Amino acid sequence: MAVVYQKSSMLTDAPFHYCPGCTHGIIHKLVAEVIEELGVEGKTVGVAPVGCAVMAYDYFACDMVEAPHGRAPAVATGLKRAIPTNVVFTYQGDGDLAAIGTAETVHAATRGENITVIFVNNAIYGMTGGQMAPTTLPGQVTQTTPYGRDVTKAGFPVRVCEMVSTLSGVAYAERVAVDSVPNIRKAKAAIKKAFTAQIEGKGFSIVEILSSCPTNWGLSPVEALEWLRQNMMPYYPLGVYQDRTEKGVFCNE
Amino acid sequence: MAERVLMKGNEALAEAAIRAGCRHFFGYPITPQTELAAYMSKKMPKIGGTYLQAESEVAAINMVLGASAAGVRAMTSSSSPGISLKTEGISYIAGSDLPCLIVNVERGGPGLGGIQPAQSDYWQATRALGHGDFHVLVFAPSSIQELVDMVFRAFELAEKYRMPSMILSDGLMGQMMEPVSFPEVEVHTYDKPWAACGHQNKRPHNVVNSLYLKPDQLEKIVRERFARYEIVKAEEQRAEEYLCEDAEYIVMAFGASSRISKSAVDIARAKGIKAGLLRPVMLWPFPEKYVRKYAGQVKGFLSVEMNMGQMVDDIRLAVEGRVPVEFYGRTGGMIPTPAEVAEKLSAMAGGVK
Amino acid sequence: MSKNWNFVFAGFGGQGILFSGKVTAYTGLIDSREVSWLPSYGPEMRGGTANCSVCLADEPIGSPLVINPDALVVMNNPSYDKFISTVVPGGVAVVDSALVAHESGRTDITEVRIPATKLAQENGIGKLANLIMLGALYKATGFTSLESIRKAVEKCVPPTKSQLVELNMKAIEIGVHYQP
Repeated sequence: MAVVYQKSSMLTDAPFHYCPGCTHGIIHKLVAEVIEELGVEGKTVGVAPVGCAVMAYDYFACDMVEAPHGRAPAVATGLKRAIPTNVVFTYQGDGDLAAIGTAETVHAATRGENITVIFVNNAIYGMTGGQMAPTTLPGQVTQTTPYGRDVTKAGFPVRVCEMVSTLSGVAYAERVAVDSVPNIRKAKAAIKKAFTAQIEGKGFSIVEILSSCPTNWGLSPVEALEWLRQNMMPYYPLGVYQDRTEKGVFCNE
Repeated sequence: MAERVLMKGNEALAEAAIRAGCRHFFGYPITPQTELAAYMSKKMPKIGGTYLQAESEVAAINMVLGASAAGVRAMTSSSSPGISLKTEGISYIAGSDLPCLIVNVERGGPGLGGIQPAQSDYWQATRALGHGDFHVLVFAPSSIQELVDMVFRAFELAEKYRMPSMILSDGLMGQMMEPVSFPEVEVHTYDKPWAACGHQNKRPHNVVNSLYLKPDQLEKIVRERFARYEIVKAEEQRAEEYLCEDAEYIVMAFGASSRISKSAVDIARAKGIKAGLLRPVMLWPFPEKYVRKYAGQVKGFLSVEMNMGQMVDDIRLAVEGRVPVEFYGRTGGMIPTPAEVAEKLSAMAGGVK
Repeated sequence: MSKNWNFVFAGFGGQGILFSGKVTAYTGLIDSREVSWLPSYGPEMRGGTANCSVCLADEPIGSPLVINPDALVVMNNPSYDKFISTVVPGGVAVVDSALVAHESGRTDITEVRIPATKLAQENGIGKLANLIMLGALYKATGFTSLESIRKAVEKCVPPTKSQLVELNMKAIEIGVHYQP
């Protein structure tokens, strides 16, 4: 019988622990397929975050390291400097990357560290039960913004792609979403471009992926995707924010 | 014998690390360890190594975690306040059973404290380098030559037992120049089948991790680690004994304060007091075997430290109340004088003889 | 067996105090003795007070911090005030009289007063007063040989600046031959 579809060899057989309707599963699949298609599974090392994706080390079939909260880009830097021919990626959520790990993110980016960051932005802390994240929208209700995020007290959300795109070390920065089939296809293309940039030694690459959290948003999976489109996309516009993949970051200056 | 050269402790340590095969240094500037990082920044690019000045101590130790996870010899260095910042990463490194070398060129504390030599991080080094049940091998050099020799051993034992090593230096040891030679020694390395270095499609994926969500699994891992610590305690206790054989009073001191104490013991001997010096070469595992050996022989122990009394706890634990254990210390970067220590010994021996 | 020496070199940062201490330490290495060199360190990079302890001995050195020097080399008033009382009775103080006006009145030590900074300027070697002082220290104590001092200077001057060796030796000679 002809095989028309099969699970990527870059994913183990461990069943995902993610909630129903969570889009982490889609993103894992996209990352796995890209690495498999690029034929670099054997020399790829991934770094798992602290957050919902903490157990990503059980799901990706490449070598994996579990980093302290926010420190994945620093751990990835050590891995990459130790064996520069390896392909190193981090998989991080918004609290991990844009709050506790802001310094590690910004400095790995500005060093032009030749790694790929998969940044899952779902506007909330998922694993700890739905607290305000650095990307929680103004007015958004969470466990710790029960009256809606009041920007006069809690400040404004961080737009990561816009911020890091100002840094000279960034070869590629794109924001995508996984709310629909066309967007999922675009997300995969962005992830592939980011990994390709790394393989070609172009510098730091980041793909920010707008993702849903039905459980902590208090919505059904379908409603959650609609909420993402209605609320997140206007605040976090999709698109390419930086592209120096032609010449690489160290030749562009 | 290799040529003797005069080198600062910080620079000698860096050179020794390079000779021990370390090619990955991640640091952040802080007095009084700066010469170590500067030396690395000069040498590493010439030998194909990595010198990386991180954005913080926190990032630096996590870069060490990453490099060590990849299977290479990696290190970082800092001074007291910076070590506090590294403790998060050290706990993860210990919890992931990774080897590495951490250097603390101690200065006065707490807080920003001061920049002069101190030994007030003894408790931190031996008990509290982060959250959770774990230990770190702690080396306490008292001369620049010993510092050099320890670097090789620190890397080797870290790999042998799969745990971090710390060299507890201080501002005095770091800034002082003494003659050193770098003997041509064979560097022992250990296989690292656990490394996250890319499986080349030839083996199942390796995971370097400190998370065990099932309590029984976590307890099992911690117990296995502590079984390894028992082996370390049995095999690796080290102390130097100076005039201890017939001693009635034994001074215990490590690192810089042990040099002062050695001079003090000589002064006391000249006065007719049977004094000796027992110098822990390693602080963890603490040389309790040595302490027990002398606890039945002497009239008292004196712990001399550049702090308010930290190692004295470990001496008391080992002595188990058999003889008095007294303490003399200076803090905040003040260095005790041999005369002060000798006077304390005289008082213990019942006044000036 | 030669005498064990404990030295303190003190002055302002920038005078080359640590360097002359380092040359002294290197003579010990050349003479196959035990050696330690310990600097003071602080936040001031220039102009603050600087000092170093140097020990030369035939047995392993205990405390490298010299509290009571056998000989003090001192190049400013604050350091003179701080250290002159610490010199052991019978010891030596070599004092740059061009910069130190203070007097201790101690009669139990030998004070050698030499206007090193002025001599350096007169001889067109303005930055080498520290080595004129070292020459005077050598003359007052005989802690090593001039030959070892030359070898030590050669060790301490970076290879890229080897032309400075002769200039340094000239400064040392001025210190050795100075007659008040």
